[in-house]
Amino acid sequence: MKENKKTYWKGLEQLSNDPEFVKHADREFPEVPSVIGEDGSASRRDFLKVMGFSLAAASLAACEAPVRKAIPYVNKPVDINPSIPNYYASTFSSGGDYASIVVKTREGRPIKIDGNELSPINKGKVNAIVEASVLSLYDKQRLTGPYIGGKKSDWATLDAEVKSKLASAGTVKIVSNTILSPSTEKALQALSVAFGGAELITYDPLSNYGISKAAETFYGQAVIPSYHFDKAKTIVSFGADFLGTWISPIEFAGQYAKTRKISKEKPEMSRHYQFESNLSLTGANADYRTPIKASQSGLAVLALYNAVATKAGVTAVSAPSVEIAHLEKAATDLWATKGASLVVSGSNDPNVQVVVNALNELLGNNGATVDFGSPVHFRNGNDARMNQFVTELKGGQVGGVIFFNCNPVYDFPRGAEIAEGIAKAKVSISTNGTFDETSSLVQLVAPDHNFLESWNDFQPKNGHFSLAQPTITPLFDTRQAQESFLVWAGSTSNYYDFLQANWNSTLYASIGGLASFQEFWDQSLFNGVVAVETASSTLVPVGDVSLAAAEVAKAYKTDNAGAELVIYSKVGIGNGTFANNPWLQEMADPITKATWDNYLTVSQKWAIANGVTMIEENTSKASVTVNGKTLVVPILVQPGQAEGTFGLALGYGRTKAGRVADGVGVNAYDLLDTSKGFVNFDITAGVEVAVTGESYKIARTQTHQTFMGRENVIQEATLADYKVDNSAGRYKPEIYRDGEFIKPSKISLWKGHQYSQHHWGLAIDMNSCIGCGACTIACQVENNVSVVGKQEVLNRREMAWIRIDRYYSSDAPADDLKAIEVAADNPEVTFQPMMCQQCNNAPCETVCPVAATTHSSEGLNQMTYNRCIGTRYCANNCPYKVRRFNWFKYHDNKDFAAANFAQNDDLGKMVLNPDVTVRSRGVMEKCSMCVQRIQAGKLTAKREKRKVQDGEINVACAAACPTDALVFGDMNDPSSKVSKLLKIEENISALKEVGEERAYHVLEEINVSPNVWYFTKIRNKDKNEA
Amino acid sequence: MKVLFEKLNSGSTFAGVIENRINYLISHNMLSKRSLVGVRLNFHTLAVLFLMLIGTQAFAVDPTVASSDEVIAAGKTVFNANCKTCHKLDQKYIGPALRGVTDRNKPEWVKTWIKNSQAVVASGDSYAVALFKEYNNSVMPAYTFLSDEDLNGLLAYIEYGDKVDPAAAAATAGAAATGGSGSGIPAEYLSIILGVLVLVLLLILVVLGLIVSVLTKYLSKQDLDQDDKEFVSQKFEFGKVLKSDGFVLIITLFVVAMVAKTAIDGLYSIGIQQGYTPSQPIAFSHALHAGQYEIACQYCHTGVEIGKSANIPSANICMNCHTHIQNVGGKEGVSPEIQKIYNAVDNNTPIEWVRVHNLPDLAYFNHSQHVKVGGIECQTCHGPIQEMEVVGQHSALTMGWCIDCHRQTEITTEGNAYYDKLVQLHSDSKDALKVKDIGGLECAKCHY
Repeated sequence: MKENKKTYWKGLEQLSNDPEFVKHADREFPEVPSVIGEDGSASRRDFLKVMGFSLAAASLAACEAPVRKAIPYVNKPVDINPSIPNYYASTFSSGGDYASIVVKTREGRPIKIDGNELSPINKGKVNAIVEASVLSLYDKQRLTGPYIGGKKSDWATLDAEVKSKLASAGTVKIVSNTILSPSTEKALQALSVAFGGAELITYDPLSNYGISKAAETFYGQAVIPSYHFDKAKTIVSFGADFLGTWISPIEFAGQYAKTRKISKEKPEMSRHYQFESNLSLTGANADYRTPIKASQSGLAVLALYNAVATKAGVTAVSAPSVEIAHLEKAATDLWATKGASLVVSGSNDPNVQVVVNALNELLGNNGATVDFGSPVHFRNGNDARMNQFVTELKGGQVGGVIFFNCNPVYDFPRGAEIAEGIAKAKVSISTNGTFDETSSLVQLVAPDHNFLESWNDFQPKNGHFSLAQPTITPLFDTRQAQESFLVWAGSTSNYYDFLQANWNSTLYASIGGLASFQEFWDQSLFNGVVAVETASSTLVPVGDVSLAAAEVAKAYKTDNAGAELVIYSKVGIGNGTFANNPWLQEMADPITKATWDNYLTVSQKWAIANGVTMIEENTSKASVTVNGKTLVVPILVQPGQAEGTFGLALGYGRTKAGRVADGVGVNAYDLLDTSKGFVNFDITAGVEVAVTGESYKIARTQTHQTFMGRENVIQEATLADYKVDNSAGRYKPEIYRDGEFIKPSKISLWKGHQYSQHHWGLAIDMNSCIGCGACTIACQVENNVSVVGKQEVLNRREMAWIRIDRYYSSDAPADDLKAIEVAADNPEVTFQPMMCQQCNNAPCETVCPVAATTHSSEGLNQMTYNRCIGTRYCANNCPYKVRRFNWFKYHDNKDFAAANFAQNDDLGKMVLNPDVTVRSRGVMEKCSMCVQRIQAGKLTAKREKRKVQDGEINVACAAACPTDALVFGDMNDPSSKVSKLLKIEENISALKEVGEERAYHVLEEINVSPNVWYFTKIRNKDKNEA
Repeated sequence: MKVLFEKLNSGSTFAGVIENRINYLISHNMLSKRSLVGVRLNFHTLAVLFLMLIGTQAFAVDPTVASSDEVIAAGKTVFNANCKTCHKLDQKYIGPALRGVTDRNKPEWVKTWIKNSQAVVASGDSYAVALFKEYNNSVMPAYTFLSDEDLNGLLAYIEYGDKVDPAAAAATAGAAATGGSGSGIPAEYLSIILGVLVLVLLLILVVLGLIVSVLTKYLSKQDLDQDDKEFVSQKFEFGKVLKSDGFVLIITLFVVAMVAKTAIDGLYSIGIQQGYTPSQPIAFSHALHAGQYEIACQYCHTGVEIGKSANIPSANICMNCHTHIQNVGGKEGVSPEIQKIYNAVDNNTPIEWVRVHNLPDLAYFNHSQHVKVGGIECQTCHGPIQEMEVVGQHSALTMGWCIDCHRQTEITTEGNAYYDKLVQLHSDSKDALKVKDIGGLECAKCHY
């Protein structure tokens, strides 16, 4: 039986058993505004509505079907066959973010993005932003052609204008985010040469300048190193959200997950310490997490340095002592695994990063887990130069400025000053694809193609190259920015030729062995990536840690009484570039489970002290004042928030992003501080927070679909216990019958099924799941899941087929405020992806009066929309709460036109998956286990007269998962990955004997016999405590 | 005859002169230069027609051409895949009739020709030049991808494959003319028999009526007691029957049943467009293309074996043939219907066909599953498409119609490893493995 005495809760209201919450929790569906009058009688309008319906039904019989056209190509391209998808390797890049991708196109339009398995960086995986970016291609607010002075123009006029104006502008500056593309840099050089050495200034909204600056001080080279989390046995992170938003999160998540996979054969995993102020996605996955104040963070790094230095026998640096839990333990573990440990910091303070570098040097990690010798090129912008540029621009010293796909008016801390400065420049040009905060202020807009319409190359790391190719003909009269640069520079070559010539002269020249350049090019384009051998050097420290340590000791405080604001970015919205994407807006934040908003995260202690209560969505607002700038934001009580700190996310408060994002949340970039020469995300002084008392609702999904106090949904153990007993933490319910205790699966009302061909199943490793939510967006794209908008989320009517349940756990239930405060101080976090469990004894199937949900001969629980009459009995009877009801017609409905533009305007609809029905009002829907993919995979096998091979059919969620936490396959195939993971004996019965001791069914005791298995969460902790 | 033919072929100038001469004679004798089927009456055609009349044996097949069955079968595949659209074995079509080709030329020459006919023409080979000219300079595509093995098979098939035995052909034709097949009574007999039966019944009725009247008359003259008299002389009261409760009930029930049936049938037919035959922007005739010329369906409907859609052919597929064929029935000039294809191509505007078969969005149907995997003939669902001048919806396309077929259809499992396990598990059953046995009736096979 279960030893675990922890209490699991999704939200604080559940922990405290708030009466308001309890009242709601047992309702399957929220209160619906009634159409029946107060006295119970139907109103006259309803009568008319009913009459109207009867009339419509009567006239239906008389009407003829409309004439539909079938319009073939005039000249069908050889490779394009209607109804058959084509896949092209390409590259996603936005600023310094990168992913090598494979784009699925149908009838010549991209509809889905998957990772490119050949890529050594993201290894076939993606995150939510990359997954969702395909919708931004079909945003009807993209510019449809060049603009001069806010008026539509044509390219010839624009080119003439740009050339003449730039020639007489004087000093020209080009502003950009990090450029990963070597050919783009070359094109910019050509432009620069043509206009008197125009300078390129790069900055990044999510800056890592501190790391490159520290590398310059410490190693003599301003670079960002490669990290190898997969080689680290001990990971210590000071506020670096490396699984969510830090530098290269997809890559790091994959590496990290490798160290978290655990099995009987390999009962080892890394140990992860996190010291941070906000509860980040990374912190939520840590084995030991310590909430610390931002003002202490530098000192914490120093303290760790000194602790390790003592063990290494090196002179410690002088530092004020701070009391931080788990720090000494972290030092011990780091030293024990030296050479295979890793210390990272999310701080943008170069001095802190110097100490981190010195710490990794002490531990012998440089060259092993952190490699400055083979640097990456992600987010390597220069804050100091950008800062200086803003001053120059404002001072009228810049004659011409070109904004290359960047939006500094919005996403640079001194945006307002840039806006002021743009007016002073003689000529201002932007290549941004929409009229955003920056491009709406410039004189000339030369809109760039969307990345899915462009040719380009990328060099994310030394020796790693990748290509981007157009997967659709440009939708509008836009022009690739690089081509614009070439035209303005007077070149006659188009960018495609330029790109090829560049590859011919550089890459192709450097590698031999291929017959011709064309062959090399074709192969590179097909693969999407090219890797070449590069000499890796080992950098030796040239800097001095004591200098930096002294600066850190001076700048950070042991005990700061004032409020501290820690500004972070969310996994979904990121830096705000893709804010106008409704999929990302409605994606529940992994931690707060909030949608459509940013908010001030506060600790429970502060909330109690200031009389703030938050029951479900209801909260109040606070005003945050930082050095004279005030923002009014809703409050969100966040367990795990370090006392005295407040968190606020970037990427919101857009004013000119478009109809989806405008007016959503507040812009936190305004509050960032640049006074120290770098963009400082930790504001530790001059922060005032005051409750305004204004009430507000935050649309968060955390308490929707609860399991009603069933405690064994999450099963977990510590690594030590697991080593002793592989089934540690497992709850094994037993039922008493005929004098003995038997497994619930031995008693059933039903005869059971036989699956003679396939038996589809899903194994979910809760140890690998980091909760990032890439699967939720992948599912949304694949299955045409509607976006419902903030109000409908508040009404608990979100449509997600897969959700990630985030549970907090604490040692005891809490009945009073003090106990809640203790529980919410630093709870453990567990993520559990939850989708239709495809039960073999499905409770939903037995209650449907019209047999709209039935069982298939392959173990799937089928939902037939056209049969459903919307009784919702199935959802009532679903113990996992995974069924979704269409309360409205979300497509072709002007009420949802902005939020759900993928199903409402002609352009947006191009993203829909033609193999999946768009559901209408009044029907139930749920995860189908991507049955369209299963059917397509089976058909391919049948056509080729062979068996289905393992891995050829994959569900969208598993395909996107950066950590391979979800594994899908045929449980009837003994050689499939899922069968091997679960250790299944070969048989065709629905009830499979699973040999893996960690595997369990959620709610096993009710024996609905799901086809989805979960693996216990194992924490690398000394003892089982929250 | 053979000698003459060979001679005519070998002497290029001579043959050319003769051909020109004949053409000249034909045109000056006021004969139509084109036959009804568009076959030019030139020397070669005449010669071929003549040879056909005396039987195919007249060709002396080159001895190097293989005649084994496997090679012929392999050749047939190559022929169907590449040549069938333009060539027939014994009949002139878009290109010449092929049988006897190794008699007319050396096999090596023929192979070179097939691989790249334009190169042969360009080389100045007189026979090639003449042939090219004869067929209105129609370019035969190059088949460089065919291997020597393919070509040998092809030649074997051309010479020995699918021979029509004149006697057998005549017999089949005769059998067809006599009408009907062996089993069952022909339809017209059936109606005659029915007619006779009705006639006989009517006669019996008349006779019975006569007997009744005779008997009544006889009885009325007899001396009968009162009761019997009443009985004999009673009148049949029509009004009474009409007013009787039983009659009213029956009629009411009948009317209600009829109305209900009409209403239910009407409701069931909502959205069913069986028989829907819209007129199309181009009067394209399947009867001509698929029926008369036997162009394989897959030639135009390219997606039918690989994807969900069978594909309405794009204009460039039409142009494969219609670059050369500009009118029907050998008429002069460009047909106004064919001109529409040219307009589409010239103006780069697609032809907007009217969709005949409209499945609702909620139903997923995949052609390749049925045609390629299931091996179903197109006509099974689309009806006698080869006879349709204008295509109409043959089947109801209702779910009941789908399900019925899934209930009855056996699966072609042979040689398809996908089904191995299913066949093995089904082996102890007496019935054949049908679509319904492997989940063919499940909702999510078509609805998702």
